[in-house]
Amino acid sequence: MLSNTGNFLLILSILFTSFIIYQSFACLKKTNDVIFKSIYKISLLQSTTILICFFTLVGAFMVSDFSLINVYQNSHTLKPIFYKISGTWGNHEGSLLLWVIILTIFSFLFLITNKNHPKNYRINTLIIQNILILGFLFFILFNSNPFSSISPIPKEGLGLNPILQDPALAIHPPLLYVGFVGSSIYFSAAMASVITNYSGKFFAQSIKSWVIISWSFQTLGILVGSIWAYYELGWGGFWFWDPVENASLLPWFAMTALLHSLLVLEKRNILYFWSIILCLLTFTLSVTGTFLVRSGILNSVHTFANDPSRGIYILSFLSLMIFASVYILFTKYKPTNDQINSNSKETFILINNWFMMFYLITVLLGTLYPIITDAISNNKISVGPPFYNSVIIPVVIIFLFFMAIGPKVRWIKNEFLNFKDLLKIIVGAIAVNFIITYFFKSYSLISNLIIISSVFLIISTISDAFKKPKINFARIISHFSFGFLIFFIGLNHNFSIEKDFNLKLGETKKIDNFNFELKDLKLQQYDNYKAVIGKIQISDLSTNKKRTLNPEIRIYDNPQTLTYEASIKTNFFRDYYLTMSNIDRSEYYNIKFQEKPLMIWIWISVVMLSFGGFLSFIRNAKNN
Amino acid sequence: MQKIIKITIIFLLIFILGIFFLSLNKSLNYNTESLVGNKLGEIELVSFEDDSIFTNDDFKKNSFTLINFWASWCAPCRIEHPQLMELSKENNIKILGVNFKDKKINALKFLQDLGDPYDFLTRDSNGKQSVNFGIYGIPESILIDNKLTIIKKFVGPLTKQDLNNIKEIINNL
Repeated sequence: MLSNTGNFLLILSILFTSFIIYQSFACLKKTNDVIFKSIYKISLLQSTTILICFFTLVGAFMVSDFSLINVYQNSHTLKPIFYKISGTWGNHEGSLLLWVIILTIFSFLFLITNKNHPKNYRINTLIIQNILILGFLFFILFNSNPFSSISPIPKEGLGLNPILQDPALAIHPPLLYVGFVGSSIYFSAAMASVITNYSGKFFAQSIKSWVIISWSFQTLGILVGSIWAYYELGWGGFWFWDPVENASLLPWFAMTALLHSLLVLEKRNILYFWSIILCLLTFTLSVTGTFLVRSGILNSVHTFANDPSRGIYILSFLSLMIFASVYILFTKYKPTNDQINSNSKETFILINNWFMMFYLITVLLGTLYPIITDAISNNKISVGPPFYNSVIIPVVIIFLFFMAIGPKVRWIKNEFLNFKDLLKIIVGAIAVNFIITYFFKSYSLISNLIIISSVFLIISTISDAFKKPKINFARIISHFSFGFLIFFIGLNHNFSIEKDFNLKLGETKKIDNFNFELKDLKLQQYDNYKAVIGKIQISDLSTNKKRTLNPEIRIYDNPQTLTYEASIKTNFFRDYYLTMSNIDRSEYYNIKFQEKPLMIWIWISVVMLSFGGFLSFIRNAKNN
Repeated sequence: MQKIIKITIIFLLIFILGIFFLSLNKSLNYNTESLVGNKLGEIELVSFEDDSIFTNDDFKKNSFTLINFWASWCAPCRIEHPQLMELSKENNIKILGVNFKDKKINALKFLQDLGDPYDFLTRDSNGKQSVNFGIYGIPESILIDNKLTIIKKFVGPLTKQDLNNIKEIINNL
């Protein structure tokens, strides 16, 4: 029953979408500047249909309708209702439906919110966006249909991956999708802008809000995924340079560059083609990322099942998108002779863009290189953190300095830079760094520079907040939190402690500044396992603070196996991480202890970073 | 000058898309054709339960070993699991599981729910060891004999047909 409803709604959406495209072409032929009323109406119908279609699937998951293969494969009657719902997008087919929802809703909202822009530009955007929607709807209907039915109907489902049953992972896909699927709307708008010669300031205004909102969501989406990987996968640390993580970071770089170049386009009416390229690049990279993780080329939690036809479809779609945009760009491109003074805000924003492109290319190369060598020479290699750290970190230092100075510089031509103030700030930053190294611990030269440059950015951004008559809080918060992010990453990297030792019941061991005491061992019986729970007291000798951690050794009945469960304690200063394992034929237990300082501040900095984005969105909406 | 830039851009794009296309078909060509008949390289896998090491010599004890790469987060692994359970009843073959980039607790839950077909279970927490086997996507399985020669490689979930195929091979010799 739900299978028929779902398929019917999918077909209806395809009809509505085709009708919008047809009507839009008809509308283009009319010389007046009015968009047909019918286009608004069908767009509304289209969004509603897709939403109902999605909620039909959600409903099927909620009532555990195992007549749908998708529900059978990804759900279970005993699952909590929250995970039944999130299971809707915890698989390839359902998540594609989420894709289309965002494509459609953004298409509708763009249509109704840009009434002061010319008809041809809006209609062309609508056509291109709807071609994208149509492509994905066909993909869903014929290749990845979430409403395919199964007969005979199974009594019980296979259940959602246990690892995906996690609150962070339930909201990760929707957040990330608003980010990178949302970028489709400025892909379409950029194409329309080139086709209709609608360039410059007004074009920038029409897409600015969309760029900001997608950037903010992308930032949050990446963060939630990263937090999940930290505590669930035990990958250690906040970023692993895993190809799947990189795939989400690539569009983020392009978006960040675009966010800044749009400021120049809006203010000075220059860098138009460059902004267009960034618009096209952002969505292209988003689709590329989807292709890499969904086709099974990159192996990850996101690889749901290897189905070659799926990869071929996305690849064809991607190629079509790329060559259409390259064709339009090449035929319409006009070289411009933009006059930019080297001492102006424009230059600094351009510098931001160069850095973003440098990061983008570095991460792109690191991600693609193993794929290329494998395809050409069967040589399997893996590009890991050492590559990224050695290429990216030194460049970040210079980047932070430019990031601090840029906002102080004026548009068009700056009179002079207040070197005295800058000097004060840099002395302040060096002093902070000196205090840290003097009172706590010294670290490498590059770490010194990272700390100095990030503190420089933080102080300099705060000082901006007090100086200018008109304060842009959105910018201040974003730049400030980026400074904090790098600062905390630097401290976390340099002050992490790892200890490995053996301990027996009642014994106390002193290692550096800590006393570890195994106070108690408790045996507890649970439904499917019994656990030896250790009570380990850690006393910090410098502060006399005592903390108790309770790592577990679990003994499962079926199959008989041992697991070691870490105990993590988080506070505003540090994360304590401790595991305990038994040693055969001995009364000793092996203890692995890690102290990760300021871990929570890394997460908080990123939340603030995206908060800056949301503020900027509100500010922009007010101004327009 | 502009023309050169345009041509370079188009060439680069075609190159990358071409690589993507090759990679799509890659796993099939690479895994089944070029690896079969080869000998397994030096292996060192860490046991799932303790820190003991599983090496080439351990393989030599069994007439056939199926090395199965899996993870609890991998949906297709669930689909192939019944086949592995059935295969575990055979006497001529031992199954070595390599738990790939997984969390122990989840892996155990998986085996608890669906059964444990593995005679030996090892872990590859960061996925590096599996790369040495030429593993790119999981599940994948490699069938080897006691001389460490690769007899067959299975990409993706094992089907009933694959299962019969393995049974034929191990019972004919």
